[in-house]
Amino acid sequence: MTLQIQQLHHSFGEKKILSDVSFTVENGEFVSILGPSGSGKSTLFHLIGGILKPEQGNILLNNRDITNQSGHMSYMPQSPSLFPWRTVLQNAMLGSELAGIADEAKAIDLLQKANLGEMIQAYPSQLSGGMKQRVAFVRALLSPQPLICLDEPFSALDSFTKKEMQQWLLKTWEAYDKSILFITHDIEEALFLSDHVIILSTNPATVKASIKVPFKRPRDEQLFLSEEFLHWKRKVVEALKE
Amino acid sequence: MKIKSLWKPALALLIAIALWELATKLFQIEVWLLPAPSTIAQEMVIVFPAFLPHMLATIKLVLVGFSSAIVLGIIVATLLHIFPTAREIVMPFLIISQNIPTIVLAPLFMIWFGLGDFPKYLIIAMTAFFPITIATLDGFGQTNRDLMHYMQMMGATKKQTFFKLQLPDAVPSIFSGIKIAATYSVMTAVVAEWLGAQKGIGVFMTLSASSYRTSRVFVAIVVTIILSLAFFGLFLALEKWFTRWKRNEGAQ
Ligand SMILES: Nc1ncnc2c1ncn2[C@@H]1O[C@H](COP(=O)(O)OP(=O)(O)OP(=O)(O)O)[C@@H](O)[C@H]1O
Ligand SMILES: [Mg+2]
Repeated sequence: MTLQIQQLHHSFGEKKILSDVSFTVENGEFVSILGPSGSGKSTLFHLIGGILKPEQGNILLNNRDITNQSGHMSYMPQSPSLFPWRTVLQNAMLGSELAGIADEAKAIDLLQKANLGEMIQAYPSQLSGGMKQRVAFVRALLSPQPLICLDEPFSALDSFTKKEMQQWLLKTWEAYDKSILFITHDIEEALFLSDHVIILSTNPATVKASIKVPFKRPRDEQLFLSEEFLHWKRKVVEALKE
Repeated sequence: MKIKSLWKPALALLIAIALWELATKLFQIEVWLLPAPSTIAQEMVIVFPAFLPHMLATIKLVLVGFSSAIVLGIIVATLLHIFPTAREIVMPFLIISQNIPTIVLAPLFMIWFGLGDFPKYLIIAMTAFFPITIATLDGFGQTNRDLMHYMQMMGATKKQTFFKLQLPDAVPSIFSGIKIAATYSVMTAVVAEWLGAQKGIGVFMTLSASSYRTSRVFVAIVVTIILSLAFFGLFLALEKWFTRWKRNEGAQ
């Protein structure tokens, strides 16, 4: 799988939101998009998801033009967006159900690995915020698309849960052959998770810098405390300031 | 359950019935004017075997009429939802029709369709149809936006979006329409029977009234009230079951 974003431009009315945004996500890569609030990150996802049509530019998946076509990526929104009348298991299977390939055994297995084995038959109203996000991620992972787009999935969580979720996400993802495009405005989160960090500017959003993160995988929380991590954090902060 | 909070109104009701009993004894009110509650209760026991077929006829009327209204209401709402132009044309009429008591059409239906069950089904179905259709359309119109967004981003088809999201999301709205309609559907059936029928609580009522058997009229009234409450309770229970995913305080 290769996703290529080529010279994307988009405006809402007179207001230019994205200007000449280009980058690539390679197979199995974890790429973060880092940018301030309101810079147009979600808009970028809506373009990739095909529910908006860009003013200019193309989106290619495996060299095939998918501009303004939906269904090519799996998606995890900012709010967990679980369906309240579906059980945890039914929610987890929704994405694959839409593609016509629901596999209950696989869903149960993945939910158990996500420590949700006891909650399979529970309804979303009975879950904590972190649990809901785990279900939403399992749902995205079970969808057949090779690319998963996550829109600030952990920004509403407290910092403890957030750290836990980041590690869980990495561990779960590493067992899969999927690419991830991850929106965040948390520098540490972007560095800890990604192979590449793409830094967006505001008004309109353009790619300011694309930073290759050199940390080896598997990564654990020790990384946050290392000199190396601090060094790269400084680099990103400087890139943001420019 | 909120059974505990019910004892005060229940007590008030008991006191009212006791006062009624006392008043009829004290002022020696004629039984054809206002029978005592005890007389009504006795009459109920005596007349019940004869009354039962009438009651069953009315129950059947309500069940058939009302379930057709639910099915039709949901289907019509779905069609209007799919075809926005049709909705724009029909919606004002739907809203206006809610303010017209459909029962005024009953004599017309009797003329057109005779004295059989069909015109009465039609009346009950029509009265219940409008609130159910409007509530269902309302539910379709306010689908959760986050969930809708997820479905769009995942490339769900229109059909998937409707059956997996919009329809289940509208269930609470559909039930609010059903509950409004359920409260007066037994009454509608009884009134429709006044206008002409072979059997039914309404028939029993008019027969009893014309021969001044007031306690029998009261029997019919009491049963109508109980049936209305039971019918409402049935849909309340169904609603509970269909929306069991809503957070139930503490339980589980
Ligand atoms: N449908 C729309 N119509 C008009 N303007 C819009 C629309 N959607 C977004 N915008 C505007 O586009 C800009 C970028 O919005 P977007 O949601 O993409 O930002 P974001 O980077 O995701 O922000 P956040 O980090 O707060 O989620 C904002 O100024 C917003 O007001
Ligand atoms: Mg956003």
